Amino acid sequence: MARFILRRFLWMLVVLFAISLITFGLMRAIPGGPFTGEKRLPAETLAALNAKYHLDQPLYIQYLTFIRDIVIPRVTTGEQSNYLDHEYLINISLPLGDRATLRWMNFGPTYSTIGRTVSDIFRDNLPISMQLGFLAFTLSVVIGIPLGAISALRRNTLVDYSAMGLAVLGISVPVIILAPMLQYLFGVQLKWLPVSGWGKLQQVILPTFALGVANSALVARLTRASLLQVLSQDYIRTARAKGLSERMVVVRHALKNSLIPIVTVLGPTLAYLLCGTFIVETIFGIPGMGKFFVTSVTGRDYQVIMGTVLLLAMFLVIANAVVDIVYVVLDPRIRQE
Amino acid sequence: MADLDKLERPQGITQAQRLVRVKGRSLTADAFHRLSRNRAAMIGTIIIILNILVALFAPRIAPKAFDDVSFKDTNGAPAWVTKVFPNMKPLEQGGYVKVRNSYLLGADSLGRDLLSRIIYGARVSLAVGIVTPLISLIAGLTVGLIAGYRGGWLDNLLMRIVDIMFAFPTYLLIILLMAVFRLGSSALEPGSPAYAFSRLDAAMGGLLFIFIGIGITSWMGDARLVRGQVLSVRENDYVLAAYALGAPTSRIILRHILPNIFGPLIIAETLAIPGYIGYEAFLSFIGLGVNPPTPSWGGMIADGAPRIQSFPNQAIFPALALFVLMFAFNFMGDGLRDAFDPTLRGRE
Repeated sequence: MARFILRRFLWMLVVLFAISLITFGLMRAIPGGPFTGEKRLPAETLAALNAKYHLDQPLYIQYLTFIRDIVIPRVTTGEQSNYLDHEYLINISLPLGDRATLRWMNFGPTYSTIGRTVSDIFRDNLPISMQLGFLAFTLSVVIGIPLGAISALRRNTLVDYSAMGLAVLGISVPVIILAPMLQYLFGVQLKWLPVSGWGKLQQVILPTFALGVANSALVARLTRASLLQVLSQDYIRTARAKGLSERMVVVRHALKNSLIPIVTVLGPTLAYLLCGTFIVETIFGIPGMGKFFVTSVTGRDYQVIMGTVLLLAMFLVIANAVVDIVYVVLDPRIRQE
Repeated sequence: MADLDKLERPQGITQAQRLVRVKGRSLTADAFHRLSRNRAAMIGTIIIILNILVALFAPRIAPKAFDDVSFKDTNGAPAWVTKVFPNMKPLEQGGYVKVRNSYLLGADSLGRDLLSRIIYGARVSLAVGIVTPLISLIAGLTVGLIAGYRGGWLDNLLMRIVDIMFAFPTYLLIILLMAVFRLGSSALEPGSPAYAFSRLDAAMGGLLFIFIGIGITSWMGDARLVRGQVLSVRENDYVLAAYALGAPTSRIILRHILPNIFGPLIIAETLAIPGYIGYEAFLSFIGLGVNPPTPSWGGMIADGAPRIQSFPNQAIFPALALFVLMFAFNFMGDGLRDAFDPTLRGRE
């Protein structure tokens, strides 16, 4: 087991490295730079800006510097510098005196706003996305799993048909459609909830639904399929044959085992939701991380591109690794292999 | 064989043969029969066919040109729309909406006819829904066949690449790719192959890069599926027999392995189509989709969303169109899977 986890962890690092390399290559393949916008800057200004952000160095040095600043932790002492290059995401003070601090993950400055760093974006905007994402995730689990389970247990009845019809409906309504419709119905027509904004409880409800409905439909379909599969297994027949109540059979034997494939999907879904989504945050005017996924690319904000991609990739890779480990724990058959 | 036909057939068997012939049905025919009895799947199929017809005959059906700008009709709406959406009060009743009955669903902020744009927009969504699965199917099939059939280090390498691609956040990869394609094409010199590609893309209204971008990010599932199927199918005795008889690799793959893996592959791709259509809508929403003024439902929703409080029709009608098409593809895909999935046999 320990070897399995170690192997999994090393592979995780390889994947993250590959993703950072691909991202770096792709983003530098986009012509133009962060400072070649609508109005053309004088050549000296451009050169000075590029020098300030080390964009005048060879590409491989830029890449290696970037990786080094993120990966390698540092211990600093004394007065902290205010220089943008030294802004770390994680700062832990050490009990060594002289304000010794362990600093880790320096994602660098953003070019679009003077005096801000990618770490600032993570501190200010990521928590908002995470709140929204976590709510949407909870919603999809709370709706999806019971709906799917009821469908499977009442297979080929009216309950099943209507629940699964509803689920197909949910899958066919991506947020890009659902968000404006919810806004119009509950915000403009009924005036029950605010159309946009973030901070009040009422402002949370619509975006949570917009984000959660499609996922709950997916979870419901998956739960149904998985539970049906499990219910046809021999050990369910054994459980029934030895006289267990239907309730026991379903809850203890069937439902628990049917969760395994659902967990595989839920892991990456949670990772995606936590990092923010562009469409929901744009439509509902939520100051989360989502917009940076798009604006950083269109504005060639290199550090933000690398930072956001790596952050999401990190979440995804960790989620997948956790899913793999949970898998092994839940299913003794995999453990033996 | 010709000689055999001339022989007189024994009378007793013919009756039995006739019975067998009437009842006999291939697995595929059986599946299609089941599909045709699935009402939801049939409705989905009919909607898709209607959409294809609308897309093909868009110039005939559309009441106006999709790029006809008319500034005196901006944000106009017909009378029935102002009744359906009660907050859209007409100017005559103290509201703000210009009533223009010649626009059947209303006009957008440039005074372009919404209905005509929705009709032309069907072309983009359908093209993406039909071409993208083909691209990812071909790519996935190639990689999966090579990995599964050759095995060894090549298999290992290809599957690790698939793993990495899977771990890459799809939406971000598409955004990056599209930025490289879209913004990169302006800096190309004439004569290079990349330049030819960008000209072709421009001629297709920006669709080519969308096909490629979505295709590149969505072949991995197919590759895994094909590889797994190849590994299991090639263990069969008939493949061994073909090999023993000296059949070349290409024949074994084409005649013995491909027909066996095509079913699950096509089902998987059909189920993925709504996702592809959604990707295109997303790309158009963030401004990296088809080139304006080519209408796309996603782009129309993006245009209308900020004005949803005043002019809900501008976002909701294209949203409805997109929804109906995705719904139809989902129903058809589900029906196809149920019809072909052997585990469902005899359980109904």
